[in-house]
Formats: sequence, C-alpha cells, structure tokens
Amino acid sequence: MNNDHHVILRVISKMLIPVIVMFAFYTQFHGEYGPGGGFQAGIIFAVGVILYALVFGVPSAMRAVPPVFTRALAAIGVLLYSGVGYWALLQGGNYLEYQALFQEPPGEQKGQHVGIILIELGVLFAVAGAMLTIFYAFAGRVAEIRDKDW
Amino acid sequence: MTGVLDGNIGIALVNILLLAVLFVVAIAIARLRNLFAIVMLSGIYSLVSATWYVVVDAVDVAFTEAAVGAGMSTVVLLGAMLLTSRTAKPDKKFARLGPLLVVIATGVMLIYATVDLPALGDPNSPVNAGVGMQYVQINWADTGIPNVVTSVLGSYRGFDTLGETAVVFLAGLSVALLLGFGERSLAESIRRGGKLPGQGKGAAQEARPEEDAS
Repeated sequence: MNNDHHVILRVISKMLIPVIVMFAFYTQFHGEYGPGGGFQAGIIFAVGVILYALVFGVPSAMRAVPPVFTRALAAIGVLLYSGVGYWALLQGGNYLEYQALFQEPPGEQKGQHVGIILIELGVLFAVAGAMLTIFYAFAGRVAEIRDKDW
Repeated sequence: MTGVLDGNIGIALVNILLLAVLFVVAIAIARLRNLFAIVMLSGIYSLVSATWYVVVDAVDVAFTEAAVGAGMSTVVLLGAMLLTSRTAKPDKKFARLGPLLVVIATGVMLIYATVDLPALGDPNSPVNAGVGMQYVQINWADTGIPNVVTSVLGSYRGFDTLGETAVVFLAGLSVALLLGFGERSLAESIRRGGKLPGQGKGAAQEARPEEDAS
C-alpha cells in the first residue's frame, strides 16, 4: 500500500493552521479598526479546524475539537450576545443599549466598546460553533474519505 | 470613488475583466456535469466576486464573501458531495429550454432595472443620502469606533445582528438535528480499535501516543 503520499499536504497545512487561527483572532480584535469582525473571524477559525479535518481525517479533528464542544460553543455565543442585552436591561437601559452598561452619559464610550467587543465575541463563538457543527454533520456521515472518492 | 463611466479606464478594465471571468465561470458551471469540478468552480466564482467587491470598495462584503463563499460553502458542498454520486445526470434534449427562457427573461428585466440605478458612489443616491450618511457623521461622537461598519452592525443595528447570530445558530442546530451530530464516524473509528482511518502508517504512528494515554 502506498503509505502517506500526502506528506507535503500534511506538513504545509500543519504550518498553515496556526497562521489561519491567528488571523481569525486578528480579524476578531481588529474589527473595530478595519474590515472584519466576529462573523468573518468565526468562519476563518472554523476553516482552520476544517482544513485539519480534511488533511488529517475527520475523526482526528473530532478528537481535537469534539462535536459536543462545537454545539455548546454555538449556544454559548448566542447566550453571550443576548446576555449583553439583559445586562443593559438590568442597568436600567433598553435591551442592547450599550450606553447603559456602565450608566454613562452620552459622549462617553466605554460601554460602547465593551458591549461591541462582547457581542462580537458572541458572534465569533456562535458562527464558529455552528459552522463546525454543520461541517461535522456532513463530513461525519462518511466514515472514511478515500482518495478515489474525489 | 469615481464612477465607472467617468473616464477611469483602469478601473473600468479591471471591472470588465473580473465580470468576464465571472461570466466564463458561470457558463462553465452550467455546462459541466462533474460535481467536484462544479464545487471547485463555485469556490472560484466566490473568490472572483470577492475581488470584484474590493474593486467597488465594499471591503467588508468582500471579506465575508471570501470567507463564507469561497471557504465555508465550498467545504460544505464537498462534504455533501461525498454523500451522493460524483456526476449529475445528463439532461434530456430540450429539458433546459424552459429554465433558459426564465433566465433570459429575468436577465432582461434586471438589465432594464439597472438603467434607473444611481451611479456607483453617488452621494445623492437614496442609499447614501438617507440614514447612511447620518451614521458616518454621528458614528465617531457616539461610539468612538473607527470602522463605521462595525458600529452600525454592533451598536446601531444590534438587534439585526442578534437576529443573524440566532439564524446562524438555528441553521447549525437544524442541520445537526437532520443529519446527526456526525459522531458516527468517530464512533466507528473508536470501534476499530482506535486506528484512525484514511491515514497511512506515518500519520497513524503520529496519532498513536495520545490514544495510548487515553
């Protein structure tokens, strides 16, 4: 049997995956200053894991990032986002009114920054978790992807 | 940005080139029968349209298109393709005549509608004259966030984004409920004594230590 003729693919993607995940976080935290944000960052993070799954096999990816973790992550993201809204409610403001988070007068921006960073994190978690759940749902139905399947 | 027809030849040429590539890729997708090639070409279509979005100054949209269209949906389509056959059935001789007429009629109507569209970046167009310009003016004083797209999505339209996040979550949930959580392949690989499938000897040895630990 021809063993491991994908060695170049494996080595290159091992080098690329950390860069992809780093870029996802760059996109996340740079979203206030440039293009990007939680949605794109979540997709890019998911793509890093998916590249690992495509090259090293879906079962190995499921050990690294278990399906139970991805679906919990998606739920946590939505809860985090809506939780910011309830935080504003508890502080006496309207739902998702970031100005009310620290009960600031108009013109102060701490609440806006904190609120947007938190909801972008929520979007990141929800999108990354949901995309990985979708990918696992599709890819996990085939036990083994052989080369001739392509 | 100056309009396409204002004499900026370079931008016009880039536009024409990118749209021509899109056209060719679309024709190729319509004519091919091999699903793998079609999925790959649809990824290329998304990548080229992302480039075109950059040319028309919609950087955030381009970013999303490159990540979702070229990356994510290609992978999901590949995963879906594994579950079915690799080639589409050939059509009957005149079966595509009806769809062709519908497509031509839609295209003619869309081209007719573009006659009334305002020029690209026209400050007096309804998109820019209304609430859009207002956001650009008040954004910095309100939120202190340089990227107006982020503050519109996160702050001014926070409800919309909450709804979109919920939609993404529900999409993931419903796919998982329909297709299962994908743990079947994991369970199968564990049943086979922990040997990871689809890998040669070298990679299997790599994965061996963590399995022995568990």
